[in-house]
Formats: sequence, structure tokens, C-alpha cells
Amino acid sequence: MNAWNAMLSAISLPRGKLWLLAGYGAALAVLLTAPLYLSDFRLNILAKCLAFAIAALGLDLLWGYTGILSLGHGVFFGLGGYAMAMHLKLVASGDRLPDFMDWTGVTKLPWFWEPFRYAGFAILMGIVIPSVLALILGFFTFRNRIKGVYFTILTQALVIITVTLFVGQQKYTGGTNGLTGYAELFGVPLRNAGMKNALYFATVAALLAAFLLCRYLVKSRLGKVLRAIRDGENRVRFLGFDPSVYQMAAFAVSAGLAGLAGMLFVLHVGIISPSMMAIVPSVEMVLWVAIGGRGTLVGAVIGAIVINEAKSGLSESFPDIWTFFLGALFILVTVFLPGGLVGLFRQASQRFRRREPAHEHDAIDVSPVLREGNRSV
Amino acid sequence: MGRGWLKGSVILIALGMVLAACGSNNNNQGAASPSASSPTPSASPSESASGEASPAANDGGTVKVGVLHSLSGTMAISEVSVKDAELLAIDEINAKGGVLGKKIEPVIEDGASDWPTFAEKARKLISEDKVATVFGGWTSASRKAMLPVFEELKGLLWYPVQYEGMESSPNIFYTGATTNQQIVPAVDWLLENKGKKFYLLGSDYVFPQTANKIIKAQLKAKGGELVGEEYTPLGHTDYSTIIAKIQAAKPDVVFNTLNGDSNVAFFKQLKDAGITSKDLTTLSVSIAEEEARGIGPDILQGHLVAWNYYQTTDTPENKTFVENYKKKYGSDRVTDDPIEAGYVAVYLWAAAVEKAGSFDVDKVKAAAKGVEFNAPEGKVTIDGDNQHILKTVRIGELQADGMIKELWNSGSPVVPDPYLKTYDWAAGLSK
Repeated sequence: MNAWNAMLSAISLPRGKLWLLAGYGAALAVLLTAPLYLSDFRLNILAKCLAFAIAALGLDLLWGYTGILSLGHGVFFGLGGYAMAMHLKLVASGDRLPDFMDWTGVTKLPWFWEPFRYAGFAILMGIVIPSVLALILGFFTFRNRIKGVYFTILTQALVIITVTLFVGQQKYTGGTNGLTGYAELFGVPLRNAGMKNALYFATVAALLAAFLLCRYLVKSRLGKVLRAIRDGENRVRFLGFDPSVYQMAAFAVSAGLAGLAGMLFVLHVGIISPSMMAIVPSVEMVLWVAIGGRGTLVGAVIGAIVINEAKSGLSESFPDIWTFFLGALFILVTVFLPGGLVGLFRQASQRFRRREPAHEHDAIDVSPVLREGNRSV
Repeated sequence: MGRGWLKGSVILIALGMVLAACGSNNNNQGAASPSASSPTPSASPSESASGEASPAANDGGTVKVGVLHSLSGTMAISEVSVKDAELLAIDEINAKGGVLGKKIEPVIEDGASDWPTFAEKARKLISEDKVATVFGGWTSASRKAMLPVFEELKGLLWYPVQYEGMESSPNIFYTGATTNQQIVPAVDWLLENKGKKFYLLGSDYVFPQTANKIIKAQLKAKGGELVGEEYTPLGHTDYSTIIAKIQAAKPDVVFNTLNGDSNVAFFKQLKDAGITSKDLTTLSVSIAEEEARGIGPDILQGHLVAWNYYQTTDTPENKTFVENYKKKYGSDRVTDDPIEAGYVAVYLWAAAVEKAGSFDVDKVKAAAKGVEFNAPEGKVTIDGDNQHILKTVRIGELQADGMIKELWNSGSPVVPDPYLKTYDWAAGLSK
């Protein structure tokens, strides 16, 4: 409700907030009318990018606002994807075993596959499993004050363990091929045009909900503590907070969002495989946030959408050399635009309006939140 | 003017960029593209249209086909050659006037060794470029990822690599061998000529697992003996333990279904352990001339392989094929089975289209039944029931120069049987 109140009270605020609302409104309108002017294929790509944007939001909450860099979000994304894929695969297989179990010699459906017959359970698990895993991992790391690069290395280890497990246990997971060949969800064929539009709108709604949730979180007291942890963890501890609880919460929410993104990804793309949770996709997610603008929610969304649309577009136009363009883009942005795409616009607009005083943004601030001699935050 | 102005405009401009990219791609078929972000319409890089008039010159006289292989990533090393062979076939057909009077215009996409990308690009080729057919794929995983897309959008895929069988999609033509055109006859030949004790070694994924399931049933029925079975993860490179196990088990034959880099490691370490092809017979089904070039012919010398085609296969068609391939791509390049199967796929499709008198997928499929082509590997025929092709089986031995010498062939093309229905011992393998 606070988010709503914030939005409502914003209307009474001066032009700045109105511009902001107009921008969000226009963006939402563009997204909601997309099925009218995009072909099925382009809509499918956009939907995939929006799903990625949800994962980017979660990662930004963790990295941009709390200062915890996870290079293992592919795992949470993948776990969400697998939960959805297991359900879709079971539905598509009907009374028979999923095809890959057939050739690996499994004769009876494993017990942990059984409950995924229910769509509700699968959707719930797609968010719960990644969150719980993050909580467990967070419990053992943050409580023991493992942070910074050590935590990041641990998340990489998590990626390797999970991928090896999924590839190795192919009787139960489908191995490197992953899970594909789905038929329907809620009794409606996935190839049905109406279903595709419905899934697209569901993705837009999920992205909007994720955005509002993250916005609410970063504007709330919790968000302030998260940023304080980012900028001075010990100081937060001295003030009487237990940072690990907040870090675990941010990690769990972030992982849950990645799981949600994974579920939507599977519905749009129609396949999930261990390579989707490997090191490269995990690092790519961080790149989306970095390129869009770390520490701004809009930046994370824009980064995920722009990079993935560019990836599709460039590889179509230059199938032989597109990877070079993408690499050049990454280098250019990291070298020349440390604030990401959002930072570029900020610089441009500040040059535009030099007379105006500098504002506080919710962007990453390299200096501590509580500056010495300026404690009136 | 607060910060909202800023954020609002950022969102708008970013969305504008995205939509411009989308829009311009949508307008590919139209005239000018409104955005600089996609300068060329879809694909048709210059290399594909050598010596051919620009597409605009034969307006309305072209037909688009998709070429979808991994041009980047780990699979690129294998798949680029197949793409080259398919483009060669397209050029040759165009030089002779095209198909149904239309020039073939390849739309090249990169599967990027990533299965979801294969699915995405397949969808793009069918629904955006409206290609008449697609030639592509290498790994079983990429095929399995594309299969639902082709079935949903009623497209047509020509898949050029030997695979594990147990599949027959109405929207796919398989121009590589299925199991009874490679593995099953190879095992028969080995039982007859090399001995009864088999050791199965493979990478841990669908192809080796399925192949070995079939081999085990076959050994049981034909009096062979399984003395060991080992799977290693894809990319595994330490084979010292397994080599020791093999030495202890004393098999007559190691049937090798390892893939990729693992083959380099296995054969190098085998040689380092002092085991040559004279001491131990191995037969591999994933090593062809291209891989032999990468592993080093001296390491592989004397080891056995099973395929349907070798660069040395003695047919007049093959002589021309090898000549043209080397002329176009360089004299250091070699041809091998999947390369040839990709080349053959294009010709078979063209022949089926000519027979159907139409590019319509259903009509082409109906007409494809019984279509013949004098391929570099000899005469091939499309089996209308399972959409595989009849192929001659060949067992070969690797030579010091990296070429493969044929030791045995099946004499005539073998009828494809992806589900092994005609083999009594295979009953119960496919459900």
C-alpha cells in the first residue's frame, strides 16, 4: 500500500514527478500495446527480454542496493525454469514417462517429480526453491561474515555444483539436453495464439509487480538499511542492526525473482537446459545490470531489455561476427559509461541543465550514506 | 524540472530504441529500414552469394532457405564446415538455374552452440523470413530444441548428422545415419572380425547412452560379451583410470562414443600408455576426417571408424564434390560424413521441390518419398515413411595422412530403421 500512497502523493508533487509518472505510463502503454504492432516472433523475443528484466531487477536489488555481487543467479533462474519445465514435461508426456527417462532406463517416475503434475505446485516451487536455497546459502555465508569477493566465489562454486549435478543426474533431469517438447499449460496448448498473448501479458504484469516490489523495498526502511550495509556494514552493525538478516532477505527476494524469470523464460522459449544456469549466463545477468545502470531499478530493466534485443538483432544481421559487436558494446559501456546507460542520460541532462543544483539520485553513491558532518539524512 | 524528467526520458528513449530495432526487423521484407541499428535485411552475407546477381536483380525470382548452424561457441568448429557445404550446394544449384526457376537465397543464422538460441532462430527463420526449408543442427540437443518449433509452425528441417535414432518427426528429414546405418552394422562387423568382448566408452549424454543401450541388446542376442561400460562427462580429459580399467578388462574391442575434446585426450593418453591400434581395436563413431585433423593423424593411425562417407570414397560425384569444396574454401580443408550429408540435404530438398512443383512443405514432404540423388557417397534415396535416407555403411581405418581407408562396406544402401523395428533383439528398446 505504501507504494500506492507514494505514487498517489506524487501527483501533487511538482513537474519532476509528473514527468516520471508520464515516462512510466508511456513505457507501460508501449508494452501493453506491443501485441498490436509486433509479429508473433518479435513479441516472443520481447517477452523473453522482459522475463530477463525480472531477473535483472532482483540482481540489482542485491548488487546495486545491498552491495552483494552474486555470479550465481543463473542457478536460481534455472531452478525456477526447471520447476516449470518439469510440470510442462509431465503434462506433455501424459500417462507415459518423460522421453529422456525412457532411454536412461528409469521405469518409474521419481517421487520428487510426482507433485509437479500440479501447475500450482510447480509455480510455487519455481519461486520457493530458489528463495530457500538462497536463504540456506545466505545463512551459512552472511552469518559467518563471508562477504565481498569470497561470497562471489562461493556463488560461482554453487553454479558449478548445480550444473554438474543436473548434467550428471540425467535420469532425473534430462542431462545436457535439458527439458523441451512441451504441449500445454492449464489445459491450453502453448502454441495457441491467445495463450501466447496471455503469457506475454502475464510477463508484463510480473515485471510490473517485480518492479513495484523492488521499488517499495528500496524506498522503505529496509531499503535504507540495505544501502547502509552496502556503504558501511560495520557501522550498521554498531548501530544495533544484524546485517546478515537483511542480506539474507535481499538474497532470498533476489533469488525468488530470478526463479520467477526462469519460469516465464521456459514458457516463452520452450526449453531449459543446464547451460542456461552455467557461468556464462550468470555473468551475463550481472552485465545487464552493469550496462543498464547499477543501483537504479530502471537501469536494470533497460539493460536486460536492450542487451537481449541487441543480441537477437545483431546475430540476425551479422550471423558470422555478431559476437564482436556485442563484445565491443560491453567494453565501450564499461570503459566510457561507468554509470551505465542510465548514467549516460544523467550526464547528458546535467550538462543540459548546468545551472540547476545537483540532486540526490537513488543511484549508487560511492561515498557512505552517512557522511561525516552531514548526518541529516 | 526534477529528476523525474530525467528518468522519464530515459525510459522513453530506451523503449524507443528497442522498438526501433524490432520495427526495422519487421520491415525486412519491405523497402527502407527506419533504423540504423539493423543495416542489412536479415542475412545473406556476401560470402553466400558468390558470383551471383544481387537479390534485387532477380526480383521475385528467389526462394529463401534457412541455414542454421553454430557459427560461434564450442560447436562452431564442426558446424561451420557443414554450413559451408550447404552453401556450396546452394551455389551449384543456383548456377544451374535454381529450383523451379528460382534462385535459392540462403538466410544464415547462428545457433551459437546454445539450444534455446537454436529454437529462437528456427522460429525466426520460419515465421519472419518465411523460408521454404531450413538446413541445420548438429547436436541431438539442438535438434530436440528445434523439433517443437518446426512441428508447431509446420516448417521443414534437414538434419545432417548421424544420431541415436528413436525419433521420426514429420517435420524433419534426417540425412545422417540412424543407428542401423552405422552402429548396428559396425557391431556386427566387429563381432565377426575382431572378437566378442566389448568395452563401451562414451560421453555422458543422450547419443552414447542410447547407442550403448542398443549395443548391449545386440551383444546379448549375438553372443557378444560386455566387459565394461564407462561414461565420462562432456569435456572430460583425464582417461588414465579408464585406460587402466580397459587394460584390466582385456576387451577385444573398445566401442567409442566419446565426443569432442574427450577424444583428443583419450587417444593421446592411449598412445602415451604405449597402446597402439595393433594392441587394442577401437571403433569410433564420432571421429571423422575433420576431427582427425584436430586430434592429429599420427595419434589416430590404425584406429577404426564407422560412417557412410569418407573423403576417399571412390565415386565420380565425390571427386567433383571434394574438388569444388577445396576450390571454394581452400585446399587445406577436408570433407567428411556430416559435411557430405549437409551437401546432400540441399540437393534432396531441391529434387523434392522440383518433383512437387511447389515449395509448400506438405507437398514437398509428399513428393520427397522415393526421391533419389547420386550423392558423393553413392546413390541415396529418401524413405518416405520415416523421412530418413537409404545410405551405404562403411567401416574405415584412419591413415597417417588423416584420411580414412575403407575396409568394408554394406554393398548396397541400407534401409533406415530409426526404431529398429526389423531387428528381433531390439524389441522392447523403444516404447
